[in-house]
Amino acid sequence: MDLNDLYRDVIVDHNRNPRNFRAMPDADCHAEGFNPLCGDRLTLYVRLEGGVIRDVSFQGTGCAISVASASLLTESVKGRSVAEAEHLFATMHAMLTQEDADVDVAGLGKLGALSGVRQFPARVKCASLCWHTLDAALHRQTEPVRTE
Amino acid sequence: MSVAAPAALSPPPLDVEAIRSEFPVLARKVHGKPLCYLDNAASSQRPQRVIDAVSGYYETTHANVHRGVHALSQAATDLFEGAREKVRRFVNARSTREVVFVRGTTEAINLVAQSYARPRLQPGDEILVSWLEHHANIVPWQMVCEQTGARLRVIPMTRSGELDFDAFRSLLSERTRLLALTHVSNALGTVVPVRQFIAEARGRGVPVLLDGAQAVPHLPVDVQELDCDFYCFSGHKMCGPTGIGVLYGRESLLAAMPPWQGGGDMILAVTFERTVYNDLPWKFEAGTPHISGAIGLGAAIDYLAELGLERISAAEQALLEHATASLTAVDGVEIVGTAPEKAAVVSFTLRGVHPHDLGTILDMEGVAIRTGHHCAMPVMDFYGLPATARASFAFYNTAAEVDRLVAALRVAKEMLG
Repeated sequence: MDLNDLYRDVIVDHNRNPRNFRAMPDADCHAEGFNPLCGDRLTLYVRLEGGVIRDVSFQGTGCAISVASASLLTESVKGRSVAEAEHLFATMHAMLTQEDADVDVAGLGKLGALSGVRQFPARVKCASLCWHTLDAALHRQTEPVRTE
Repeated sequence: MSVAAPAALSPPPLDVEAIRSEFPVLARKVHGKPLCYLDNAASSQRPQRVIDAVSGYYETTHANVHRGVHALSQAATDLFEGAREKVRRFVNARSTREVVFVRGTTEAINLVAQSYARPRLQPGDEILVSWLEHHANIVPWQMVCEQTGARLRVIPMTRSGELDFDAFRSLLSERTRLLALTHVSNALGTVVPVRQFIAEARGRGVPVLLDGAQAVPHLPVDVQELDCDFYCFSGHKMCGPTGIGVLYGRESLLAAMPPWQGGGDMILAVTFERTVYNDLPWKFEAGTPHISGAIGLGAAIDYLAELGLERISAAEQALLEHATASLTAVDGVEIVGTAPEKAAVVSFTLRGVHPHDLGTILDMEGVAIRTGHHCAMPVMDFYGLPATARASFAFYNTAAEVDRLVAALRVAKEMLG
């Protein structure tokens, strides 16, 4: 285990300067995520157009992993179809949680920076919270997402 | 012939290296670095003699207690009840009838909530707690309020992490049925001046329960001198086993309380028409108790008494001073909770670094601290913080370990700050 695998430059950068970090008054759907263990809280907003994610943003507080993960999520799903976003959620989930996952990390682009999180089991939920929250938003779930 | 030297005014300080050699876990490494264990407020470590007391009991003496005439049952009962006497002496209860073994502080508080408070509470009655409480001294009262229609009132805290005594006085009313107060705050380390609160409450006829989980391991506690009605603490925070704790209760109150759980051991006679409950304290100990836990707790008490709580307290205060000064000197560190009297707990934040990231980075340096809300979410809300980092010290920690904490903070700053 190496800390530099966890806090890669991309993650440090997205934590310091989160992208799409704003509320979205005209969002079509939004959901809240909460990680009771570390107190991470985020709200994820999505604007849809014909099954395509036209805009996505988030607000909240959390550790570097959860903020960077949410920021990277917004960059990576904008412009994608809902089906593509859900496929990406499944891929991210596999990469974060499965030792022997068959995931093309290089093909994930910047999201691949989160592949080191798996070695830190206590931190996996920090990285996955935003993806569960996106899933909840897309399914118009009204109950806040909890990782515990 | 030599003449005995006059007794020293204060005992010599603790020999920390000799003490450390008694704690096997302190010799281990974490991520390739020597363990620097600074999470004692969550749970302390155990010396070999406590581990030996537990395993020795299982190896040579185990049988059920209070039940058999055979040799092992008698020996196990003697050890178990012997541990109760050690607890009695340790907190200076009047009698072992006032010492109930429970799973821990949480269970002790729940017992009082359900057995003492619930039958007495009427709609409109009030239970008084403080803003500093651990969830274990909030939720059981909320539950009993829900069951009875009573109301929970909260003594406000101040920016330094102290309690507002004047506000407390004005909250006390003819409707107040109980004051449930922490002795030492787990999140901030504040030592609450409980004598003052107890005197005021009892002067108004209000009984007082103290949550002593964070106090008993670090300062001498005398329940008669405190004059509290209930005092609750856990074995695992004072070098004893997990799953064992103590409810001290004033005998007249315990005697009037109904049993909390029914079962074996808490009865004298059972027929389908009528059951006669056992005497104190067994009335509150249904089922086979945590025998090995009680014996281990007895060994831990012997150990702490041998070291001396005054010496333990002095050693920990020196660590607290060193930690407070060293952490304050780190740019970006803010200490949360600055009461004049504190146990050796330092809650803090580091600018630009979330406590959870700090916890991971420190762990990789071998330094174990707690990060999060410390089961005291109202305290975090008071400061508008989602979480803090908390270093909490025991007498087996060293100044060099404080320095390792500070060095690890600098690593975290460099990485994320």
